[in-house]
Amino acid sequence: MTSPRTISFEIFRYDPQDPNDKPKMVTYEITEAPGMTVFIALNLLREQQDPSLQFDFVCRAGICGSCAMVINGKPTLACRTLTANFPDGKIKLMPLPGFELIGDLSVNTGKFMRELAERLQLWLQPDANDIDIHRLESPMDPAEAAKLYELERCVECGVCVSACATKQMKDSFVGAVGMMKIARFEMDSRDTRSAEDFYHVIGNQDGVFGCMTLLGCQDACPKDLPHMQQIAYLRRKMAQTIVSC
Amino acid sequence: MKIIYTDSLVVGAGLAGLRVAIASKERGLDTVVLSLIPAKRSHSAAAQGGMQASLGNTVKGMGDDEDVHFQDTVKGSDWGCDQDVARMFAHCAPKAVRELANWGVPWSRITAGDRQVVVNAEKVTITEAEKAHGLINARDFGGTKKWRTCYTADGTGHSLLYAVDNKAIEMDIPVHERIEALSLIHDGKRCHGVIARCLVTGELRAYIGKSTTIATGGYGRIYEVSTNAIICEGIGQALALDTGVATLGNMEAVQFHPTAIVPVGILTTEGCRGDGGLLRDKDGHRFMPDYEPEKKELASRDVVSRRMTEHMRKGKGVDSPYGPHLWLDITLLGRKHVETNLREVKEICENFLGIDPAKDWIPVRPTQHYSMGGIRTNATGESPQLAGLFSVGEAACWDMHGFNRLGGNSLAETVVGGMIIGKYVADYCEKNTLEINTQVIDNSMSKLQAEIDDLLVGDGTENVFEIKLAMQRIMMDYVGIFRNGIELEKAITELKDLLQRSKNIGLKCKKRHANPELVEALRVPRMLRVALTVACGANARTESRGAHAREDYPQRNDKEWLNRTLSTWPNENALEPTLSYEQLDVMKMELPPGYRGYGNDNAVAHPDTAKRETQIADILAELGDDADRYDKQAAIMPFDLPETLRPRNERLSDTIAVSGEK
Repeated sequence: MTSPRTISFEIFRYDPQDPNDKPKMVTYEITEAPGMTVFIALNLLREQQDPSLQFDFVCRAGICGSCAMVINGKPTLACRTLTANFPDGKIKLMPLPGFELIGDLSVNTGKFMRELAERLQLWLQPDANDIDIHRLESPMDPAEAAKLYELERCVECGVCVSACATKQMKDSFVGAVGMMKIARFEMDSRDTRSAEDFYHVIGNQDGVFGCMTLLGCQDACPKDLPHMQQIAYLRRKMAQTIVSC
Repeated sequence: MKIIYTDSLVVGAGLAGLRVAIASKERGLDTVVLSLIPAKRSHSAAAQGGMQASLGNTVKGMGDDEDVHFQDTVKGSDWGCDQDVARMFAHCAPKAVRELANWGVPWSRITAGDRQVVVNAEKVTITEAEKAHGLINARDFGGTKKWRTCYTADGTGHSLLYAVDNKAIEMDIPVHERIEALSLIHDGKRCHGVIARCLVTGELRAYIGKSTTIATGGYGRIYEVSTNAIICEGIGQALALDTGVATLGNMEAVQFHPTAIVPVGILTTEGCRGDGGLLRDKDGHRFMPDYEPEKKELASRDVVSRRMTEHMRKGKGVDSPYGPHLWLDITLLGRKHVETNLREVKEICENFLGIDPAKDWIPVRPTQHYSMGGIRTNATGESPQLAGLFSVGEAACWDMHGFNRLGGNSLAETVVGGMIIGKYVADYCEKNTLEINTQVIDNSMSKLQAEIDDLLVGDGTENVFEIKLAMQRIMMDYVGIFRNGIELEKAITELKDLLQRSKNIGLKCKKRHANPELVEALRVPRMLRVALTVACGANARTESRGAHAREDYPQRNDKEWLNRTLSTWPNENALEPTLSYEQLDVMKMELPPGYRGYGNDNAVAHPDTAKRETQIADILAELGDDADRYDKQAAIMPFDLPETLRPRNERLSDTIAVSGEK
């Protein structure tokens, strides 16, 4: 049996609340274990080397979307990134760009997503008169339900936002996460909003017509959501709205 | 001193907490939710397989109703649950599912006509009714008579949490993120709110509410390996325990899920077996029928976990560097099924195991999964000791689960319990005024401030991470699936030693703001007190019931132990909790204790059981032949609900004549 290798983590460190602190990269070394993920490694570093190290994990199973960070240049979920995937044993961790930095690798995606939801009204808007919870529910096409679930798998990790060149240049751009959610409600037969209603929200440079189609979102999405298809779908939908007016 | 006032204060922004917040806001109450993390990241999102509700739309659910769901739940609990609560729950579960459909959940729907399913390792064709087309589907889960678990693929918790949080956003309910409640403000009779610490700035704040609802989930992370999110550390239970007044119920009732992946302990849903997946040993042998010929892989969770452990102890486990495991085989379901209905499982297998579950078997082992115990409440969700303190969801011992929870009943409890208790919380807020005693607030604040100061400027020498790991390993080794007096005594002695040592924690990182080591140092002593309630409760309970399995006391003993363990911590310097017991009254039960249907029927009967059975027979005889199931139920065990939730549930079977057996 070969002895386990030593891997090195070069980690962005900065505490924005400390007026004397400056952003820097700090290198740590750790002995690799079989099946080690960045989640496991970061916790060991905190427990054994530097207890001030800040990062966010919740489910550690790729479900909750808390732990997105830039790993060797690519934004992705840290909890399910295996250290074994890096043959040279060098791993560089940076916080996700495009979000408020809390400290080190921790960023405020929660605030961003809540504001986005409020701005785009990302909730189902059904016919208020249509509900009696004691009676048989309204039927829905089984294929539609399956399709909606596929689009709803977004975990709001923020990877698409950090991978988006448009978003980096234009802060008000809604990003792939916003458009994916709009597409999800637009397709939902229970939602009473029309294409025209959605046009007012995303039929502009901050929405579908601002996208430069570089599709970093599609490449980096950890849930493999069909961003390209949905952005194209929404563009056609929004364009039809103008034509039909 | 920063004080924030509200009407309905909710701690925890998972499904249960958000649902209570929505119920409060619906009544025009000012509502604030505190959360360690953004709401949508809560552990509710990890629930995969679905929630139970007796809609009875699918042909395999025909004949299902509240009565059957109630009976399954009580049997599943090994008669440890509160039957009134189980009734309230079963009655409202279909309402919650239908409400959620209107909030955006894309429930999987039924396609009329033939479809192929796998039952007992064989492909079977079932035919769904024309009238069922487009109605909400259900899958099979363990310990249930009918197919009752409503789902969205295997991301049900995710869909529900997103829909409910979206509703909360629509209603403009503020969620204060990265805020940790660390103590309750109370005067020994009424709870007034919490003292909380901002995890970013380190600021301490008092949140004052008419009602305070704790919805912080379970305490799985007192174990080293758990399916739970890493934030499920039992701090909510510690909040109540540390009052010295409020009680925790049945803390020793801890569920181990049969199929978490090895070694990391991430869950693969019970839906895998519900949909037809099998458990195999190192020889590829399907062993569950040898132990449980009737229910096989779909016996109750506690039973399957024990059988798997037994089988591995016989040397039938697959050896691995992480100890023995067994196999979960879902290859027989076919790729299409795996990639649509079990796609989160597939993703987990790919990312954490590097395997394709449509063609490879999954290495699994029973793993800590759920806390049946929690903050003891009455049927309205309120603490019997501290007025204004409510608890809901996994955090609570509302007690619909007793000593074992059925799969699909936890996700259901969050939204159904939230729906019911939310109304009682709102009632409480309407009837009571805000009581503000700044001295009481100041005392609580000063106490927490002193605790933090001691940690930051004190000369402690103990390493908090080492103490935490030691606690987690004790719980794994001595308070696991099978328990015995010798090991439990050892656990208690060692946990007490750790609790003593935790008074001498020293920190390397001295920052007052964002300081992960300080966060741990505040949590670990609280976790230790919670762990001690589990170990002490388990040691005292000299019987086996549900998930609490004593090797030295293998019988369920209704004669002596048909009760609920209550833990308090009246003396803050003590090293163990004070235990007392709340008797369950057989004479009030709708379903008196009986045989659960697994293994030998070796329970020691309660003296009232036969008496109550005769009484029920008399009540039914007196009702006469005209009585329908609602009349019978009401005559045997009337239960209360908020008025708007009382109407009966309509079912497909009310509109068409149908029949079906599972």
